[in-house]
Amino acid sequence: MKLTVWTYEGPPHVGAMRVATGMTGLHYVLHAPQGDTYADLLFTMIERRNHRPPVTYTTFQARDLGSDTADLFKQTCRDAYERFRPQALIVGASCTAELIQDDPGGLAEAMGLPVPVIALELPSYQRKENFGASETFFQLCRHLVRPVERTPEVSCNILGPTGLGFRHRDDVEEVERLLGELGIAINVVAPMGSSPIDLQRLGAAHFNVLLYPETGEAAARWLERELGQPFTKTVPIGVGATRDFLTEVADLAGVSAQTDESRLRLPWYSTSVDSTYLTGKRVFIFGDGTHAAAAARMARDEMGFEVVGLGCYNREFARPIRALAKDYGLEALITDDYLEVEEAIERLQPEMILGTQMERHIGKRLGIPCAVISAPVHVQDFPARTSPQMGWEGANVIFDTWVHPLVMGLEEHLLHMFREDFEFHDEAGASHHGHRAAQPTAHEEAAPDGVSDAGAPILWLIDAERELRKIPFFVRGKARRNTETFALEKGLSQISIDTLYEAKAHYAR
Amino acid sequence: MNHALPVQAHGCRNAPVLKERGQREVFCGLTGIIWLHRKMQDAFFLVVGSRTCAHLLQSAAGVMIFAEPRFGTAILEETDLAGMADAHDELDREVARLLARRPDIRQLFLVGSCPSEVIKLDLSRAAERLTQTYAPNVRVLNFSGSGIETTFTQGEDACLASMVPVLPETQDEQLLVVGALPDIVEDQLTKLLSDLGISVVRSLPSRRSSEDPGVGPETTVLVAQPFLGDTVAALAGRGAKVIQAPFPFGEEGTTLWLRAAAGAFGVSETTFNAVTEAPRARARKAVKAAAQTLSGKSVFFFPDSQLEIPLARFLSRECGMQALEVGQPYIHKGLVGPDMELLPPETQLSEGQDVDLQLDRCRASRPDLTVCGLGLANPLEAEGLRTKWAIELVFSPVHGYEQAGDLAALFARPIRRREALAL
Repeated sequence: MKLTVWTYEGPPHVGAMRVATGMTGLHYVLHAPQGDTYADLLFTMIERRNHRPPVTYTTFQARDLGSDTADLFKQTCRDAYERFRPQALIVGASCTAELIQDDPGGLAEAMGLPVPVIALELPSYQRKENFGASETFFQLCRHLVRPVERTPEVSCNILGPTGLGFRHRDDVEEVERLLGELGIAINVVAPMGSSPIDLQRLGAAHFNVLLYPETGEAAARWLERELGQPFTKTVPIGVGATRDFLTEVADLAGVSAQTDESRLRLPWYSTSVDSTYLTGKRVFIFGDGTHAAAAARMARDEMGFEVVGLGCYNREFARPIRALAKDYGLEALITDDYLEVEEAIERLQPEMILGTQMERHIGKRLGIPCAVISAPVHVQDFPARTSPQMGWEGANVIFDTWVHPLVMGLEEHLLHMFREDFEFHDEAGASHHGHRAAQPTAHEEAAPDGVSDAGAPILWLIDAERELRKIPFFVRGKARRNTETFALEKGLSQISIDTLYEAKAHYAR
Repeated sequence: MNHALPVQAHGCRNAPVLKERGQREVFCGLTGIIWLHRKMQDAFFLVVGSRTCAHLLQSAAGVMIFAEPRFGTAILEETDLAGMADAHDELDREVARLLARRPDIRQLFLVGSCPSEVIKLDLSRAAERLTQTYAPNVRVLNFSGSGIETTFTQGEDACLASMVPVLPETQDEQLLVVGALPDIVEDQLTKLLSDLGISVVRSLPSRRSSEDPGVGPETTVLVAQPFLGDTVAALAGRGAKVIQAPFPFGEEGTTLWLRAAAGAFGVSETTFNAVTEAPRARARKAVKAAAQTLSGKSVFFFPDSQLEIPLARFLSRECGMQALEVGQPYIHKGLVGPDMELLPPETQLSEGQDVDLQLDRCRASRPDLTVCGLGLANPLEAEGLRTKWAIELVFSPVHGYEQAGDLAALFARPIRRREALAL
């Protein structure tokens, strides 16, 4: 048993729903109790889809448990087939139905429906949403892919996008454009945008472009093994990664990697003098493995940030993220416990968080700016405008997204200089934010002073405390923390103005 | 007193009800935690369930709600499913951790879920054990919010019913208003009841456990939410008298609800009129503004929160709407009977759900407004039907005179919006 306040991933059947909802011609019959239909609103409200997810639930209740839930499942299957006439059916159980062991797969296969019926085994008490999506897509490929001729022209499939994916809609559009510029045809985009019939001809492509390893790698590996289709290993998020990706694709396709970078603005925006203030900003990065890794590379190499923390919530990516963190001189944080992430952020006092909607909340509480880089998604992660993370436009979008939460260049200096101006003071927040910027919370203001070696609390002398308040709020927490750490190291029991500035000099970079 | 609107004999109280079984597109009772944990400020709700339960709680309001939550999920894992003794030890450990982190918690609810019920994890035994461990600082109770036992608002019923046995005994004459209401609404209604001359007016749930009301033979119960059947039965079991009345939605509903209380406490007509006249006039005026948009329009209710019958009564009698179908997850005549009597006899009531068949009926009848859950609203909008998300009716202050206009406006807004947009 594990206490959870917020979860980064839903249960695995929600992953299966993401695959089914992204596709057409596929229907999911889910053995689940009343109430599990809440998952529909993820798609209709958060993603703003204009149709119901193609899912029929048995919604059994206590009274059904006394009679025959297996009959209820079969009846539901039959009705769903009659009503929706899908090209293929996936069937499975949610967490509760898993416990009553009706074997939806076996029941459905025995019904003799005239379309392929694919049984999903998604262990709800062990695995999570990304696994559910990955396994569902893999099983669909395994059951539906047929041997077909390769296309005469060089072509590829795009694998991984799903319903409710973080910017999947726009990433696909951008990557299709990049591939088009290289003269490579797109065979099938799957699962989102495909039907079971489309999946049958996945084998016509010469290779696969894997956009989201979280949801597509199992299928990509299987296709490589069964059909001899190699797949791309670089996820094109960021300038360097996009260049590497195009080189990799060009090699696989046997074409020239000459590409048109005229749409790419990040390098100049990052080089221009206005961006100097970004130098060495301490960022904490957390998300799914793929997006966290991409963000780390961009943060260090393309924005000039200092990465002070790096981690992911999906354990499937623990190994690569640990290795990557080592390159950055860090120890990776691999956890799906929101409170642990919060604790790490509080301890590290970064100047900015690149995280998920969860970390955005943590940032709000701690008064640290945050930009969102990864699922879990929120209605705000489905903007009306095209807003990819991948490719040239993705790099541009990310530059804007990451700079936006910060107080900008000269404004930062002016706030330092004139912070007692009654209108233009630090707690009024950045001028480009309509609302007041996050205030240091009571929590931060009342942050308990450090504790010295002897166990006695460190005392802030009144002058030092007053001086600390002259430091703008967005760095005050760090200054307090650094000074206390410094005092502890020096064995001091009280902090004077001198201690404050000695600490400042000590931590200067 | 003003004359009530004409009422046809028994309205649709005895009209045939369409009963359906099939896919139900409703939340489970766990969802009630989303408002209960805000209402009861020293309570923590610990769901013993699966990742699905945790995911539901953070998704149910349509987006993630990020306030410091006073709820959490103890997620069952493979090892817990193996042996019962383990699960109880694990639960004790998680509770100890939680209470250490949140010393402000005075009441802890262990909330059963579908998986905890299917594996027959006995939370009442756990609650007893934990109460002994943490008394007197923390009271530990348990109830089920599982989807196999409860729909949506039934979770609140189960929660309040679990509190009834531990309420102190009182011999005092008092009026007990039952049902979680937004604080502002609770205060307004309490003031009206006090102004009528009812000397002791208490609420269940209270905002803090130290303010828990007593219950006894001189307690009269006035129910503020139409989904509290078990709670009312439990209070009656402790000797309380229960008043039957339509629910306090709109000017008419609020007046009939207050009048029922006035009748039980022997309040004179003169006093009743003096107290209610001004707010009734305000409510009528406010409803009239929104009713201009609603009058003559048709409405179709999908089952959701159990508020459907009382709201249909409000819309048909005060806003001039025609209710085509009014669905509720279940119909408890002991609670909504008085509202049913005020509905036109031709109103089609439905109980339970087969969502696909109901969608067929909804599309065929082309209502001007469809009241439905979040999973259905956007798809129906995309088909050209105007919708009102039902959950907003549960999360907004809508009871009483001062909110009557807001309640009507919630229904009018989607229609006005459609008229306002030139797309």
